[in-house]
Amino acid sequence: MPEGILTITIIVIKILAIMLPLMAAVAYTTLVERKVIGYMQLRIGPNRVGLKGLLQPIADALKLMCKEFIIPTGSSRFLFLLAPVLALGPALAAWAVIPFGSEMVLADINAGLLYVLALTSLGVYGIIIAGWASNSKYAFLGAMRSAAQIVSYEIAMGFSLVGVLVAAGSLNLGDIIEAQRGSLGILNWFWLPLLPLFFIYFISGVAETNRAPFDVSEGESEIVAGFHVEYAGMAFALFFLAEYANMILISALTAVLFMGGWLSPVSWVPDGIHWFFAKTGFFLFLFLWFRATFPRYRYDQIMRLGWKIFLPITIVWVMVVAAMVVWKIPPWFSS
Amino acid sequence: MFEQVLFYVFSGLVLFAAAMVITVKNPVHAALCLVLAFFSSSGLWLLLEAEFLAIALVLVYVGAVMVLFLFVVMMLDINIAELREGFAGYVPVAVLVAAAMLVLLSTIVGHVNFGVDSIQGVAAHASDYSNTKALGMSMYTDFIWPFEIASVILLVAIVAAITLTLRKSRQTKSANPSNQVAVKSGDRVRLVKVPSEPQE
Repeated sequence: MPEGILTITIIVIKILAIMLPLMAAVAYTTLVERKVIGYMQLRIGPNRVGLKGLLQPIADALKLMCKEFIIPTGSSRFLFLLAPVLALGPALAAWAVIPFGSEMVLADINAGLLYVLALTSLGVYGIIIAGWASNSKYAFLGAMRSAAQIVSYEIAMGFSLVGVLVAAGSLNLGDIIEAQRGSLGILNWFWLPLLPLFFIYFISGVAETNRAPFDVSEGESEIVAGFHVEYAGMAFALFFLAEYANMILISALTAVLFMGGWLSPVSWVPDGIHWFFAKTGFFLFLFLWFRATFPRYRYDQIMRLGWKIFLPITIVWVMVVAAMVVWKIPPWFSS
Repeated sequence: MFEQVLFYVFSGLVLFAAAMVITVKNPVHAALCLVLAFFSSSGLWLLLEAEFLAIALVLVYVGAVMVLFLFVVMMLDINIAELREGFAGYVPVAVLVAAAMLVLLSTIVGHVNFGVDSIQGVAAHASDYSNTKALGMSMYTDFIWPFEIASVILLVAIVAAITLTLRKSRQTKSANPSNQVAVKSGDRVRLVKVPSEPQE
């Protein structure tokens, strides 16, 4: 079967073309985060390894690889080792359907949006299993908090996505971007008619990735580091990678769903992949900005925000979007 | 060929995981095996080009229901050995029930109705076929009444579950968010002018 082998080779090359830059991006996001937060707090951030600290992520990776890997006594060994893999796997697999350019997508499937939603909902297993398998109270508390939080915010997130698919009339991510094309450029994108859903999606995304101000699952001040307190070396690094890969994924999805992906903001400048990267970078910066700005939410406040504020707003706005589509409100839904 | 390999891999996983659910000692491991069973059966559905059902299975059962299951199972410290005591005494009854179910099931899904010759297999669809759209179309037109009735029954179940578990005895302390939001700095902070020590 030379033909089949050729197809598989091409797919593997495509996967590598996504994964290698993604891993590099994850590594350098850690550096950017430390630098950005450093400057926001009037510090310089890491500046010793390499020119201006540019080799810091590589030094960190080497350090983590050389560290001893400890499996706590009384832990569930198999699950303890499985948990970091389960955390990282979905974060990477979701990238299969992300359209980078008009033809640049690994798997152009019809149910792309559902696929992304399903895979982001799987990330929670890594956290719960890590917390339980560690056989530690702190890890378990972190896992419990995180599980409740992720399940709650997933609902608001899902309803925001319902709004997007009502507006676009398709579950395919490429079609969703095409539906945002128009002569007005940036004003044609879905962020404007879907403004509440846009905000809620991004905030829920921050909560889903367990980032500040919703990082109660880590909660350094009360439960030391949450679910990954017992992990050392490379296993900890995998959790770290998963968190940053998820951040980049949520940024890319927000860019695709609400900000027109690879579309250009003004009609006289051509579209292209650089717009996608610029938008993703902007949302990624917001993650860091949030972390430097907001104090951590209290746990009951997180639950209240998710269930009592976000959920009703999304349900109401899905109705509003449906009405806008039915009555063909220009300029977004006139066709 | 490739699809057949996938089918046997996924079916094997489903059977293995389902057997593990009822045989492993630890309830958390059992719940995780159930997750694996759901996941593999969603793989089987994908092979049938039922991508909406497959992804909805992962989204709803794996992503939400089983997380809550795990949540509960992890909190309860169940001693499975204690539960297993006296298990052997029920074997005759269990065999009887299993045999009855086997007969019933095989009359319905036996080779008469579901044999290879009576099922043609799924016709391959064009690449622009959207399973989600087809499902939505038939659900909201041909089957609108069953669908609406099912949703009302679910709503009733939700209300019932809430009324059953919501006890009015307030043992826990909770903050009133609207009071918290309405607080102004003047309510909590008082600026006091303290005269400084006279300079020497």
